[in-house]
Formats: sequence, C-alpha cells, structure tokens
Amino acid sequence: MKSIILQTATRYLLPILLLFSFFLLFRGHNSPGGGFVGGLVAAAAYALYSIAFGVEEAKKLLRIEPVYLIATGLMFALISGMIAFFSFDTFMTGKWSDFNFPLFGKLGSPLLFDLGVYVVVIGITLKILFTISEEVKP
Amino acid sequence: MTKFDIELLVLLPILLPLAFAIVMLFAWNNLQFQRVMNLVAGSVGFIVSIVLFSTIYVNGIQVVAIGGWKIPYGIVLVADNFSAIMVLMSGLMGFAVAFYSIVTVNKKNEQHFYYPLLQILLMGVNGAFLTGDMFNLYVWFEVMLISSFVLLALGGKQEQLEGAVKYVTLNLISSMIFLSAVGILYGLTGTLNMADLAVKVQLVENQGLVTVVAMMFLVSFGIKSAVFPLFSWLPASYHTPPVAVSALFAGLLTKVGVYTMYRVFTLIFDINNEFIGTVILIIAGFTMLTGVLGAAAQNDFRRILSFHIVSQVGYMVMALGLMTAFSFAAGIFYIVYHIITKTNLFFISGIVEKIKGTYNLDTLGGLFKKYPSVSLLFLISAFTLSGIPPFAGFWAKFTVALAGFCIEQYLIVGLSLFVGLLTLYSMTKIWNYAFWQDEKQESEMEREFYKIPIQRKYLLYSPSIFMTVVILLLSLFAGSAFDFAVLTGEQLANPQYYINAVLGGK
Repeated sequence: MKSIILQTATRYLLPILLLFSFFLLFRGHNSPGGGFVGGLVAAAAYALYSIAFGVEEAKKLLRIEPVYLIATGLMFALISGMIAFFSFDTFMTGKWSDFNFPLFGKLGSPLLFDLGVYVVVIGITLKILFTISEEVKP
Repeated sequence: MTKFDIELLVLLPILLPLAFAIVMLFAWNNLQFQRVMNLVAGSVGFIVSIVLFSTIYVNGIQVVAIGGWKIPYGIVLVADNFSAIMVLMSGLMGFAVAFYSIVTVNKKNEQHFYYPLLQILLMGVNGAFLTGDMFNLYVWFEVMLISSFVLLALGGKQEQLEGAVKYVTLNLISSMIFLSAVGILYGLTGTLNMADLAVKVQLVENQGLVTVVAMMFLVSFGIKSAVFPLFSWLPASYHTPPVAVSALFAGLLTKVGVYTMYRVFTLIFDINNEFIGTVILIIAGFTMLTGVLGAAAQNDFRRILSFHIVSQVGYMVMALGLMTAFSFAAGIFYIVYHIITKTNLFFISGIVEKIKGTYNLDTLGGLFKKYPSVSLLFLISAFTLSGIPPFAGFWAKFTVALAGFCIEQYLIVGLSLFVGLLTLYSMTKIWNYAFWQDEKQESEMEREFYKIPIQRKYLLYSPSIFMTVVILLLSLFAGSAFDFAVLTGEQLANPQYYINAVLGGK
C-alpha cells in the first residue's frame, strides 16, 4: 500500500513525534511521562513510517538492528544503578550533578535509567514489529 | 569485609546474570562467543553463590536497602540462611545447565536468544530468593515467568506450544491472584516490606480477611509450585522443551513457588494458625498421591519424571504444613536434595535421548548392556529419589516422616511412606524398560551417536557426573548439611530473627 498523502504526512510527523517522545522522556522525572511512554511514542513514529514506506525502508531508517538497542538500553539501566558504587553507596542510589545544565536542569543517574528504559522500549517494540511483518510476507 | 562488600555480594547474584545477558545480546549473532560467555557466567555465578553462602553462614542475616531509601519504605534485599541455600542451589544449577546446554541445545534454539534468556531466568530466580519486599517478589516472578515462557516454547513444535499455552495461562492466573492478594494486604497494613508486614499483620483487626489473603497466596503459590489440584500445567509442559530447559525448570522453577510458600507462611502469617496448617497438609497429601499415581500411568521418560516433581513437591509442602522448626529443617533438606537429584535425572534422560533418539519407554531398551556407566548414573539418582538408604533421599524422607511422628500426624506420615514405595515402583519401571530389557533394534540415531567425537561425549556426560558427585557428597555429609538445615529451620520458625535484622531490634 503506497499512499502519497500518508507518505508526505509521515515525513513531517516523524521528526515531530520523535521530538515529542524526547519531551515525554525528560519531563517524566516529576510529572506524567518517562522512558516507557517516550519509548512507545518513538516506536510508534517508526511504526508509522513502516506503514507508509514499508518495513524495509523503516529498517534502513533505523540503521541498526533493534537487538542492539535492547542491549544498549539494558546497559544504560545497569550502569545508572552502578554509578552509586563509585562513592560506595548502595545500588541505585540517585546521584546528581552539582551544576545546572541549560534547558534540562540538574542531570542525574535516574535520567540515565529512564533513557535506558526509553531505548529498550524502542528496541523491543521495533523487534516485535519487524518480526511480525516478516512473517506476513508471502 | 566491609558493609559495602557484603552489600555488593548480596546484589551480585542478580546483577551478574543481567550483565552477562547484556554482553550476550551485544554479540547476538556470534554463537561461539555466547557459548563461552555462558560457561563463564555459569562458573562465576556458582562461585559468587558459594561466597555468599559462606558469608551468610559466618555473618548472619544481611539486609540491603536498594537506593539507600529508609527501610520500611524502599525495596530491601534480605539474605538469610534459607535465601543463601536457595541462591547456592540456583548457582549450582546455572553452572551444571550451562555446561549441559552446550551439547544438547541445537543451533536454531541457540540463535533465538537461548543463552541470554537463560541468564535472565537465573536473574529472576535469584531475585525472588533474595527480595524482602512483597511487590518486588511479584516483579521477580514476572521476570522469571516471561523468560521461562520463551524458553518453553523455543523450537515451536506443536506439543511444545500446547504445553506452553497451559503453562502461560495458569501462571498468568496465578500472578493475577498474587497481585490482588498483595493489593489487599497493602490495603490492610499499608506496607509491602515483608518484615514490616510480619509485624503489622498481627495487628490487623479483621483477622478473617487476613486468612482470606493467606489462602489467596496459597492458591497463587500453589499454582506456581504445582500442588494438587492446580498442577496440570506441569506434566503438560515440562517434557516438551529442549532437555536442558526441562532440567533447569524441574530443578529450580517449581521450587521458587515452594520457597515463597515457606517464606510467606512462616514469616507473614502466623505459623500457629491451625487452619492454615491443616489446609496445607491436606493439599500436600493429595499432591503426593496424585503425582505418583500419575507417574505410574505414564510411558515417557520425561513425563514420568515430571509427574514425580508434583509428588515430591507434596513432601516439601507437607513439611511446611507440619509447622515445627524441625519439619522446616526437614523440608529445606528435602528441597536441596530434590533439586539436585531431579535435575540429574533429567540430564540422564537427555543423554538417553541423545543415544536412542526417543524418550518413549516402549522403544527404549538395552542401555545397561551397552552403556553401564550411564546406567550407574541413573541408578544412583533413582535410588536417591526413591529414598533408599544410605543416599540423601533416605535422610530427607526419614526426617520429614520423623517431623510428622513428633507431632503425631500419623495419617500424612503413613501416606508419605506409601508414596515413597510407589516412587520406587515407577523408578523400577524406567529401569526395567529403558535399561534392563533387551534392545529391540539399533536405531538410526544410535549409529549417529557413535560418530560423535569422544570429547563431546564427555562434555555430555560431565554435568551428570558432576551432579552425581554432588548427590554422593550430600549423602555422605548428610549430617553436617542437616545441621545447617536445622539452623535455617530455627530461623524460619522464629521470624523475630528476620524482623530484627530488617527493621533493627525494637
């Protein structure tokens, strides 16, 4: 199914959706949002792209195999918990930077954890999506 | 050791498998690397579990407050004697299964993330053993179940999917009941920390509702540990996956259910509650009997063993239902011996399959003449399982029966002895059909087996030989092992130790 309307719309929607997913990720610390929802929105953006242009195009756009995303995300989450080990604190103790970054405010290990969740969710959702669409092919 | 070192040690059984799984995922298309990592992970996990065990033995109960949150509010990990034993068992299992997987799991399954899933499964199991928080326990159960769902269906044969559907459905129902029970408990007491719950549950006015929650936990854990009448998923599914997975599930997974049962019914709910004790004893009796009768009717090597798991879980639950410190000790010894023996029997069934190409007893035969060493391995495990002295199984059954005699529960003790006899019957059946009787014809598969290089054959045998040695050691040093079990039983019977360790002596 190739629809010019959908394809054109997707070209504009994809960056907006990805930006929105980042917004959800960063606001998640104290308000509704977070890595999980953000990841889902980002994955949905790719899903939309694969509906409009086909799975092969979506894979090309993503460039890397989703399994690497899963592994990377899990690694971020694990590292975020282990940052506390450097100061001999218990696993997963939150560590925060001392100075404010513009736009983000203080950065800390919980953000890294959320980023990990974000990446894992994208990876898993796309892995499922790609696998299912491969099965459908005649 | 500083406090930081000990905290790290308690965390390692959970963090290491995750770290290894991540490394394996990065190398997802390099199977050789994954196999090597798997062996490393198994060995390191085993060593860590031994160190943890000895540390707990020396230093007593250890508590880790994750994230540094104050204790009743955050998640805690608690390693007491019982947890340490179970983590040791899971380390042992991970070690043996890692080696066994190399030869028995085929390439197609390996490509579908077999090794990372194995590590995630071990992480879930260790997490369930170590956590001191009710909701966290639920999460670990899910981690464990999701990875076990995939491992069970790996390969995608028809009978596998049929078994997996039953397994998934019943286990999801069980999780649902568990979650509802946790919710009600939280509503009643306002806490999820197990030690804190143990204190606050006693203070709840509506004790009727507490009993209801206890029964909900019993049903939920009952499904997970396959007790009567909720065991049907186990014999339907355990004989279908790759044999290394069967062995791991048989040894470890149902025992997680039994472990949580022990934990919840000794710590949170009053162990002097006669109603709960009686219910558990009745369930235990039926579990033992139906399991062993089911086994007698089967004709498939792994199905007989699967039904035996059900029957054996009955003994463990019986020891819990007797509700004395001595019976807990007996139950713990039983769990340990059972994990080792059952896994080894599954290992041997896999070896037999590798030789003959089938698990069906009707077509097996003549193994004793051709493979006396394999027969010896089976014989030792079979004797242990059916409780022939001087093997560990005898001491396990003897102490459970003794615990029953001490508080004059003659009926259940009589039943357990009768079931022991029937166990011997079905072990004899396997022995007669698969090993003793004359070979009917040499199968195609067997000629293939001759061609396997000798190193690979040794690799196939070595996990089973290793487990047999562990069985013999456990039989030989049953006294010292049981002494430790008694210490653990004391700890379970007096929840005050656990509560004081977590909440601080008040």
